[in-house]
Amino acid sequence: MLSMPRRPFFWIITLAVVAFALAPVYGNDVSLRESLLLDALYITLASNLNLMLGYAGYVNFGSIVFFGLGGYICVWLVNSYKWTLAPSLVVAGVCVSGLALIFGFGILRLRGAFFALSTIGVIEAVQAFAENFTPWGGSSGIYLPASIFTPLGGPAHALWIIYFIMVGVMGASLYLSYAIKTSKFGLGLLAIGQNEDAAAILGVPTSRYKAVVYSVSAFLPAIAGGLYFFKSAFIQPSDAFDLSLSTEALVVGMLGGQGTVTGVAIGAFLYEELRGYLLTSSTFANFQLVVSGALLLLIVLFFPGGLMGWIYSRFPRTQKVLE
Amino acid sequence: MTALLKVDRASKRFGGLQAVKDLTFEVRDAEILGLIGPNGAGKSTLFNLVNGVFAPDTGKITFAGADITGAKPYLVARSGLARTHQIVQPLTNMTVLDNCTVGACFGRENLPLHRAREAAREAIAVVGLDDRANMLALHLTIAGKKRLELARALAARPRLLMLDEVLAGLNPTEVDYMIGVIRQIRERGVTILMIEHLMRAIMSLSDRIVVLNFGQKLAEGTPAEVAQHPQVIEAYLGNPKLAAELQGSGEHV
Repeated sequence: MLSMPRRPFFWIITLAVVAFALAPVYGNDVSLRESLLLDALYITLASNLNLMLGYAGYVNFGSIVFFGLGGYICVWLVNSYKWTLAPSLVVAGVCVSGLALIFGFGILRLRGAFFALSTIGVIEAVQAFAENFTPWGGSSGIYLPASIFTPLGGPAHALWIIYFIMVGVMGASLYLSYAIKTSKFGLGLLAIGQNEDAAAILGVPTSRYKAVVYSVSAFLPAIAGGLYFFKSAFIQPSDAFDLSLSTEALVVGMLGGQGTVTGVAIGAFLYEELRGYLLTSSTFANFQLVVSGALLLLIVLFFPGGLMGWIYSRFPRTQKVLE
Repeated sequence: MTALLKVDRASKRFGGLQAVKDLTFEVRDAEILGLIGPNGAGKSTLFNLVNGVFAPDTGKITFAGADITGAKPYLVARSGLARTHQIVQPLTNMTVLDNCTVGACFGRENLPLHRAREAAREAIAVVGLDDRANMLALHLTIAGKKRLELARALAARPRLLMLDEVLAGLNPTEVDYMIGVIRQIRERGVTILMIEHLMRAIMSLSDRIVVLNFGQKLAEGTPAEVAQHPQVIEAYLGNPKLAAELQGSGEHV
């Protein structure tokens, strides 16, 4: 870990994070900030999903559960127990990660399509739980009073703080993806992704590695969920556990190049920008899922390695710099 | 010589098929033990029992003094037992070097990443894949993939190496090369248990041979003894050419 900062990729990530943090500060551009906040959120979700999808080779449709559950725990602690934002976020992350570890040991016995299906089951189960759990407001959800922003210096100031935390969470996701990829743990995950039986025979503790990565991939999305729903001051089951957001995170991973750090981040950025454009343009409103479906088809057919796969093959030298 | 691996009355049944029945044998320290037998004799199943892919229904397997009966494959690998597969199992989208690094990282010495790379490079040099170290495994020829299997198992620096038909599908030049590599590995003090159909190779490489038929041990002894064994000749009579070959090569040892 100590030698890490010497690698150029570490500085590329740092540069990207700084650029994100500073861009809207110049000229106090609030609409740019809101757009970048969503980019940072998508990059966080896609990068963490990539740990499962791109490294370990497991298709997780349920990645959004981490986001939604993190949101619920954070909003609930803030609302019912008058906690402040920071500890609520940390507790949300730790709880969701812990739950994922327990779940992971169970459902990661399944492989391929069976695992993918079971992750959809997890979404349904958690959503049903949230809809029927009275302390979480059942299906009508939880509303936060405007006063929650007061400790953060009022709504205008709070939104900036939330933005900076979100950028920090995005940065942490990128560093995490990179650190795992260049570690022994990451090598074991990649081996699992290529051929799980062969990996086990080579000595990779497959069950433990899969459960741990599933749990790790839950932590930062849970914090991002906490931030996102704290910012909205409102959470309800249908928003928190929206399967389409899970699907979009998968598309983003494949668009950018699963298993790469750079590709997934750029993919998330481009996809979210495109989605923002489609949502606001009057012709394409509510059209973004059609676009993501079409994109997915095109990528699978023509660019199975995604954006980074294409860049690597065109410019092989980039492989040494961009992970 | 002490026994490194002991298989004691192991049995395994798949539905109606008794794949391995009441099998007892041992692999001694620093020897090459050949395992032969007709197709379906239970040789690969035996490998799978030893390295934990299946647990035996009954019986006991001891490796380096420790009971490994039914232990998970990754634990068996860590205890110093590596194997190759009859049907090659490369990690296709990883380089040759990364494939071997996995072997070294999670093998007997449980090496950290940078030291595992060194071990991997050494193993790659032993099998002569140095020039293809950065090639993706999927781009290797079948002979290359066989060598990769061997290098990857070797990178784990095992005490016992189990080779499942590493010579099958190779041309005569490649076979000679691989025989040289196997000898070299043995000289490094690695004990080898190998399944092979190629009689010329198994007869010249093995110190001892165990013959399996219908999951049971038919004979055991030096290559010459085994080749003279009436029951072994009988077992191969379904294929008289092979029996003749067996006897022919036995006399030359």
